[in-house]
Amino acid sequence: MSTPEPPGGNPDDIVLQAKNLNKAFGAVTAAKDVNVAVPRGAVWSLIGSNGAGKTTFVNMVTGYLRPDSGTILFNDKNITGMEPRKITRLGISRSFQIPQLCAELTALDNMLVSLGSANEQASFFRSAHSADSVASATEMLERFRIVDYRHRTMAELPAGVRKLLDIAMAITGDPQVLLLDEPTSGVAAEEKYPLMDLVMEALEGANVTVMFVEHDMDIVARYSQRVLAFYDGQIIANDTPDHVMQDESVRRFVTGGAAATAGGASC
Amino acid sequence: MMNSRFFVPLSCVIIFSALVGIGFIIPQWAMFLATMALAKGLVALGIVILMRAGLVSFGQGLYFCIGAYVSGLMANWTGITDIILLSILGILVSVILATVCAKLLSGYRGIFFAMLTLSLSMILYGALSKMSMIGGTDGLNVSAPTFLGFAPEGRALGFSLYFYTCLVSVIAGGFIRVYFNSERGLTALAIRDNELRVEYLGSSVKSAISAGYIMAAAVGGLGGVIAGLAIGHVDPEYAYWTTSGEFVFVAILSGFFSITAVFASSIVLEIVRSFSNLYFPNTWQLVLGVFLLIVILLLPNGLGSLFNKLRRRGDSE
Repeated sequence: MSTPEPPGGNPDDIVLQAKNLNKAFGAVTAAKDVNVAVPRGAVWSLIGSNGAGKTTFVNMVTGYLRPDSGTILFNDKNITGMEPRKITRLGISRSFQIPQLCAELTALDNMLVSLGSANEQASFFRSAHSADSVASATEMLERFRIVDYRHRTMAELPAGVRKLLDIAMAITGDPQVLLLDEPTSGVAAEEKYPLMDLVMEALEGANVTVMFVEHDMDIVARYSQRVLAFYDGQIIANDTPDHVMQDESVRRFVTGGAAATAGGASC
Repeated sequence: MMNSRFFVPLSCVIIFSALVGIGFIIPQWAMFLATMALAKGLVALGIVILMRAGLVSFGQGLYFCIGAYVSGLMANWTGITDIILLSILGILVSVILATVCAKLLSGYRGIFFAMLTLSLSMILYGALSKMSMIGGTDGLNVSAPTFLGFAPEGRALGFSLYFYTCLVSVIAGGFIRVYFNSERGLTALAIRDNELRVEYLGSSVKSAISAGYIMAAAVGGLGGVIAGLAIGHVDPEYAYWTTSGEFVFVAILSGFFSITAVFASSIVLEIVRSFSNLYFPNTWQLVLGVFLLIVILLLPNGLGSLFNKLRRRGDSE
């Protein structure tokens, strides 16, 4: 497949590159010859039906899964099969489809854990609740407008707040690449746009490359500059939202032919 | 609420003063009981460190035994009887051994971690039982300790040992409280909740668990040195699984919220065991079991949760 000039980001400055990635789980092929080059500062979305290979791609990039073959380059450094924490330290963070929070800790403590982890010199002696740390954690919660929930544990948080907290934790280490796995899933329809607005606002000016997995085509069209459409472990389209929505194979395998233009469909 | 920077040292000073004050008025048998309870409390404190990261060690008897044998062997072989030097050696040997074991153990969780720790302590038990050159199953006697050249006898010896035990327990407790409150300490609690998240935040779960295990070994070794010197005899039973079980009992009794609760639980266990042994010599384990059952039913998070509730109530008032 020929790759047109990617809008958003600098095409000469590739931050993340996947070359010939393959992954199979027994007889199921989750990634088949996946090739992609993501420019720095771009906002891309990943679409596809369940089992198409989106999350497998995210999991391979973030070290949760090791590809059977192929290479993943981050700033030209080979990170294939590296441990998740090392990949995070290099500058690739992620959030999860089901928010991965520390259930017994409050929202503030969750943020303090991520601040402590982001600091390579995390101390055995420096208080996790020092005035500076609490101020930084509170500031981050304020950025995501969830500061009012800071003393609540996960069980007491609404779904949207859990998502935002999960994303806030992912960006504390100032990542260069942020992968969001279905940031709006499980969130009420009326909260989806405010949630995405908040996330994009929080990332403004940080020059973070964002890739998010999404099923809502309105969200995809509104927030991403480019779309990767997955089907059966393969990328079947890699283009601007409008072009991808018009693509015959995307309409056939992803959107079910419901959307001739961006908007109104979900896959 | 008081600034935490001052809270820990001030609490340590108050608790230490109270313990020493009590030492002046209690009889010698109670002083010995308290010394042993604090020494065992140190070992249980190690289990609590691991419990905060979601792990339970059924083999802390390993380090308790190492510490005790270090005190016995050093006194017999080299003539070193200074308690401070023996404590340092006991901690050092425990830490070296733990650093090696941590490489293996940090990759295991849950029952596998518990059983592996148990098996390591049972290997030591078996080895010591067969080593007749250091007493085999009979063990060996340990000389009375000296304190920077001071060699007390009789009640003065008991009091000196009690004083030293209170001092090191308070210092160790203070340091571990600082660790619990620290960035690394909070990360350990996060590991208990969600290991995956911690890895994806960039922290190494394995190294956090290794650090906790090594700290647990250090306090375990220290407890062993004190217990060996207090009893004046060491034998392989220190590493036997029932000894490790006692430490787990104390850790469950205390929960992982409060360090004071660990030592309080250890004292409670020693008192319950001593008196039930006296009044129900054949069924004291039954009394102990019922006692633990009551605590689990009424305070599922241990005595420490009670301390926490009281502290929170104090803060809100």
